[in-house]
Amino acid sequence: MNAAAALEVVELRIELDDGDHEDIVDEVSFRVAAGEILGLVGESGSGKTTVGLAVLGHTRRGARIRRGEVRIEGRDILALTALERQRLRGKLVSYVPQDPASALNPAMRVGKQLEEALTEHGFGASDAERRERIVETLGEVLLPVGDAFLRSYPHQLSGGQQQRVALAMAFANRPRVIVLDEPTTGLDVTTQAHVLETVRDLCGAHGVAAVYVSHDLAVVATLADRVAVLYGGRLAEVGPTGTLFRAAAHPYTRRLVEAIPELSGEHALVGIPGTAPRPGHRPQGCFFAPRCTYARPDCLSAEPPLAEVSAEHRARCFYWADVILEAAAARPEATPRPEIEVDDALVGVRELNAWYGRRQVLFDIDLVVRPRECLALVGESGSGKTTLARCIGGLHTRYDGELTFKGQPLAAGSQARDAAARREIQYVFQSPYNSLNPRKTIGQIVAQPLRLFFSAAGTEGRRRVSDALERVQLSSTVINRYPHQLSGGERQRVAIARALAAEPQLLVCDEVTSALDVSVQAAIIDVLAELQRELHIGLLFVTHNLALIRTIAQEVAVMSEGRIVERGIVDSVLDDPQADYTRRLLADTPSLEAALAASA
Amino acid sequence: MSQAVVDTAEVGRGATRSRPWRILFAAAWGQHRTKVGVAITLALVLIALIGPFVTPYPPDQGVENQLPFAKPSADAWLGTDTIGRDVLSRFLAGGLSVLILAGLSTAIGVSLGVAVGLVAAYSRGKLDDLLMRGMDVILSFPQIVFALVLAATVGPALWLLVLAVALTTTPRAARVARGAAVEIVERDFVRAAEAIGLPRRRILFSEVLPNITSPLVVETTLRLTFNIAVVAGLSFLGFGLQPPAADWGLMINENKNGLTIQPWPVVMPIIAIGLLTIGTSLIGDGLNRAAIGIERGRRGSE
Repeated sequence: MNAAAALEVVELRIELDDGDHEDIVDEVSFRVAAGEILGLVGESGSGKTTVGLAVLGHTRRGARIRRGEVRIEGRDILALTALERQRLRGKLVSYVPQDPASALNPAMRVGKQLEEALTEHGFGASDAERRERIVETLGEVLLPVGDAFLRSYPHQLSGGQQQRVALAMAFANRPRVIVLDEPTTGLDVTTQAHVLETVRDLCGAHGVAAVYVSHDLAVVATLADRVAVLYGGRLAEVGPTGTLFRAAAHPYTRRLVEAIPELSGEHALVGIPGTAPRPGHRPQGCFFAPRCTYARPDCLSAEPPLAEVSAEHRARCFYWADVILEAAAARPEATPRPEIEVDDALVGVRELNAWYGRRQVLFDIDLVVRPRECLALVGESGSGKTTLARCIGGLHTRYDGELTFKGQPLAAGSQARDAAARREIQYVFQSPYNSLNPRKTIGQIVAQPLRLFFSAAGTEGRRRVSDALERVQLSSTVINRYPHQLSGGERQRVAIARALAAEPQLLVCDEVTSALDVSVQAAIIDVLAELQRELHIGLLFVTHNLALIRTIAQEVAVMSEGRIVERGIVDSVLDDPQADYTRRLLADTPSLEAALAASA
Repeated sequence: MSQAVVDTAEVGRGATRSRPWRILFAAAWGQHRTKVGVAITLALVLIALIGPFVTPYPPDQGVENQLPFAKPSADAWLGTDTIGRDVLSRFLAGGLSVLILAGLSTAIGVSLGVAVGLVAAYSRGKLDDLLMRGMDVILSFPQIVFALVLAATVGPALWLLVLAVALTTTPRAARVARGAAVEIVERDFVRAAEAIGLPRRRILFSEVLPNITSPLVVETTLRLTFNIAVVAGLSFLGFGLQPPAADWGLMINENKNGLTIQPWPVVMPIIAIGLLTIGTSLIGDGLNRAAIGIERGRRGSE
């Protein structure tokens, strides 16, 4: 690490401000050189956003910076008064938020907002000078520079454009440090790829030290020079991107890497059991020890220090040498997916057109889901994939065309379907935070289809609820609990268990992992694959993540703008895509393997 | 990955069965205003419930050797009323009717309103408009005027009084129920219930209703507060219990002419009705603050 770090964070400790003084993050130190991008990764609750905001000298309500320094070009901004710090924000250090739609003022024209970002910090002697800078910055983020664009309101722009405006505002004053908090989360892969490229170019061109906060390791691998992994509010590991992902010295990093779905699908996806510790619930000793396969007795009693693996590489583990050694050993191979055995159709879709109000969202869809197979439905947001899934699931009725289930015509909408069809097609929703009734216990939720379809109650009902929960690897101790007492991954398991209780033949999974952390995603995929193998349930797996489908699906249908653009066996579509759209999607999907191959 | 993934820390965190309404009441009880409200309300409810059995004299008959509007004495502690009946006895016996009528009309009115609000929120579209605009029509009459019009057309009858007050309660409860339910019916767990074909009635009452109990509990106490005053007012105007029955509203009316000579038969019911409404509104206020606090806490933690 060279001495001329543009940003240096030293021994940062941030606490909850509620009297207990539980720490959210502690002992966090890192440096970022000018022009360098540091990826700050971690699962939800790891404290990554808290650290990102602290770089601006800011904390969320209910938290306070207790100790430590944040030096920007040698100057500790935490030692300044709140007012002085506020003046520096946007000028010396700036911030790009996760959701640009809420960061831009919806009632103010884009040009005005950019101008305000400049005048606020006293930039430029005249309007002309400011105008020149705005044009320059807009050019840099690849936005049109004309008057028409400057006079538009945020809602008239696409998500990608809004994020570029937020980038332009952040870069307009030529700050020394910039914090980007998951700025591409809501964007399509193609837009994401472009935005990432812009970020990299701008940081390089202006020598800006960037902290890129993200949960998406594939994105970070593509973008960052160095990576810091946060776990339980501590730095678990920090080092150069290539080293960290190829030869992780901390078991947590290693497990995270194994949980990332890869386009090649060579290796098995392995989740991390358990959940990350929240402030106030952290174990004694090493925070990761309860979930760690390398853990030995002393890990449970003493907290390991941040050990120096090499000059640039540090890991908070007693046994980092063993971890590196074993990392060289082969990762578990992917379980072969079951072959498609039969040629008839479980679900047939013929010439389906669907509308939302007057707007047509699906055009001439032809599709077949075979019994026991998993068909992946892939596409970007707005491609119509969820609408198609909802038509099949009986939740969307504004369509014409033919739907069949086991050779029989399927009525539009669950109200019109017979009990058998409603039972045999089960739908699992995207967000488990939304799909479970917060006022019912887990037992009541899973028992609902049992009562409805099998009139199973009493001992028999309880037994079947336990069976369904066991199938998704949940212990029956959750039966008396409420959804808010479970983690996101556990809630999604409950949602799957509820579907299983109906003994379905088709499970429609609508982006079931997109609201979850990667380590949890891997475990959910594991559960679904097992259901398909052992219970011979057909799956319709809707996702925007191409990297996931090789792990779970046999066939894939790629959708774009309401049409199916390509359809076939997963391996042949991914290895030899025929449609331009598929090819572009594949190229833009951030991939850990590709990033590592490029950096090697 | 064959073992159950729930670790022991998770079990410890939520081992108690915390029913949501229990959390609401516990949070409300933590505030002084709720405790004061409960104390006042409880005291008056006890008077109304036990009172009829401990009257020193029969409440509807005159006391021997006492003139009308007699001052308080050893024989009649609060004196006598306009036709020489014992004020204390009539006061003790006169609370139950107010309590029952107000409680009954609130229960009927809120239930009806919740049903209307839920159906409106769930069906959306034309039915929603039809129901809620209908509610607006009722709402546009002042509560007491609406009841007066009904009572004046049919004549004084207790069932009519209850019905009239219940009907004026309905639109207000319907608005609150619809407002809370509109957001709930959009959630995916409602879609999930539709997808497996749960009957509409069960979706509304077993899926949606439990999620709007907090605002409904608050609204019910508020409506009860108002209805106590309205019922007493209607009795005062002669549309409630008929003489010689004992009733707080009626007492005020019967004795208002002697207010300067013998204030007790008027003042006692007024104090009682006033305290009762203050008590219930304190409880409602406590519940409301608790509900807001819980909502904030929940938002903060997610």
